[in-house]
Amino acid sequence: MIPSTNPSAPAAITVRGLRKSFGPVEVLKGIDMEAREGEVVSILGSSGSGKSTMLRCINMLETPDVGEVTVAGETIRMKPAGSGKSRIADRRQVQRIRSELGMVFQSFNLWSHKTVLENVMEAPLHVQKRSRAECLEEAEALLAKVGIAEKRNHYPAHLSGGQQQRAAIARALAMRPKVMLFDEPTSALDPELVGEVLRVMRALAEEGRTMLVVTHEMGFARDVSSRVIFLHQGAIEEEGRPQDMFTEAKSERFRKFISG
Amino acid sequence: MDLAFLYETFLSLVTAVPLTLQLAASAIVLGAFLALGLALCRLSGILPLDWLARAYIFVFRGTPLLVQIFLIYYGLGQFREVRQSMFWVVLRDPYWCAVIALMLNTAAYSAEIIRGGLLSVPFGQIEAARACGMSRFMTFRRITLPLAIRQALPGYSNEMISMVKATSLASIITIMEVTGVAAKLISETYRAIEVFVVAGAIYLAINFILTRLVALAEYQLSPHLRQPAALPSTSTGAAR
Repeated sequence: MIPSTNPSAPAAITVRGLRKSFGPVEVLKGIDMEAREGEVVSILGSSGSGKSTMLRCINMLETPDVGEVTVAGETIRMKPAGSGKSRIADRRQVQRIRSELGMVFQSFNLWSHKTVLENVMEAPLHVQKRSRAECLEEAEALLAKVGIAEKRNHYPAHLSGGQQQRAAIARALAMRPKVMLFDEPTSALDPELVGEVLRVMRALAEEGRTMLVVTHEMGFARDVSSRVIFLHQGAIEEEGRPQDMFTEAKSERFRKFISG
Repeated sequence: MDLAFLYETFLSLVTAVPLTLQLAASAIVLGAFLALGLALCRLSGILPLDWLARAYIFVFRGTPLLVQIFLIYYGLGQFREVRQSMFWVVLRDPYWCAVIALMLNTAAYSAEIIRGGLLSVPFGQIEAARACGMSRFMTFRRITLPLAIRQALPGYSNEMISMVKATSLASIITIMEVTGVAAKLISETYRAIEVFVVAGAIYLAINFILTRLVALAEYQLSPHLRQPAALPSTSTGAAR
């Protein structure tokens, strides 16, 4: 069951006029986008199109030069930092908003000195300061959900890539996030391990989670997402429902992109 | 071989072991805090702090420890301002002068070891901590520092061993630690070889225990770098 866009649902993420340069290279050239609650938005584009940077600007892992990011109705406050750039005005606000966004990285980034269970419990316990019993119960349920309950006491180095990524998804879910951000979650995996991660992501989509997914998995974008955004050289080239985009895209570039 | 004399020498030198250990332990512990501060200054990205730490490390690594001990013990007392200051209570005491000199010296070396450890922490793991809403301090305390310590420990054990041996220099400023007592015994008996052999053996024994303790700490801190042993056998199937 593919989640479809509900136009009356409130916006979970709103991005307005997002610009970002690394040195002389302008990576994002004014991005406007929105994700409504319950939507699964796939962000596609060739490498260098700015799709990861855009995602990382949403939780301020990259600071946008210009533009506005709003998460669940709350706009992240920025202040001018000279030479036309901006910086975070209120670090605590950003920390709080980050704890409402679950981030999954391409290279998993599990904490190598903590077991899988400790990884999943870390943020709820120490950032959200919930009780240990509650965190433990929820962490075990999440590990069961992503199918690695029996690996709870293992360290990340002892898991396969697919298991590590599923643990990372459980870690992100443990904060009860309003939105899940996926930054190329299957790109670092061996081909035979991609499926197990995609299955977990599909299950999350089906239970109605709001997800922003930067990906190269065309199958996932076509079958699981409610909307597709195609980025080209730092700007949105085309966006729409996957069933439209994959059959009758207006953009010549997108048609070339999906035909490989 | 005069076993009786060796045994007697051993008994008198052993009484000085607590003082040697105390000197080494205070210098290492206090030095570690100073070193962490220096390493953070080096990595702060704030130019004045960076240069201050660089200058400190340059001076204390580049001059002999013995000269530093002399400067603190004999040198500072020549200034009337120092003698009249509140620090004189500490600085007129040779024990504290030795601790301060050893601490300042070990901090310079340890700062670079800790800096290396901090730089070795994979940035992705720090980013993951930030992404789940941790403050800078919490990220440092719960993620960066524990990982850095594991990396720095082998190099740092060298420095701890150096410090145990360096306490022998404190005998020059009248402190009766193991080497101090040994020198006194030699001036009474003129049997330098026996006495120094026993003294050397005592340092060797201390450092043997120290290296074992560090190895134990390393083992305890690094379960993630070992193959899982006590875990169910089903676990290794799919794992690399």
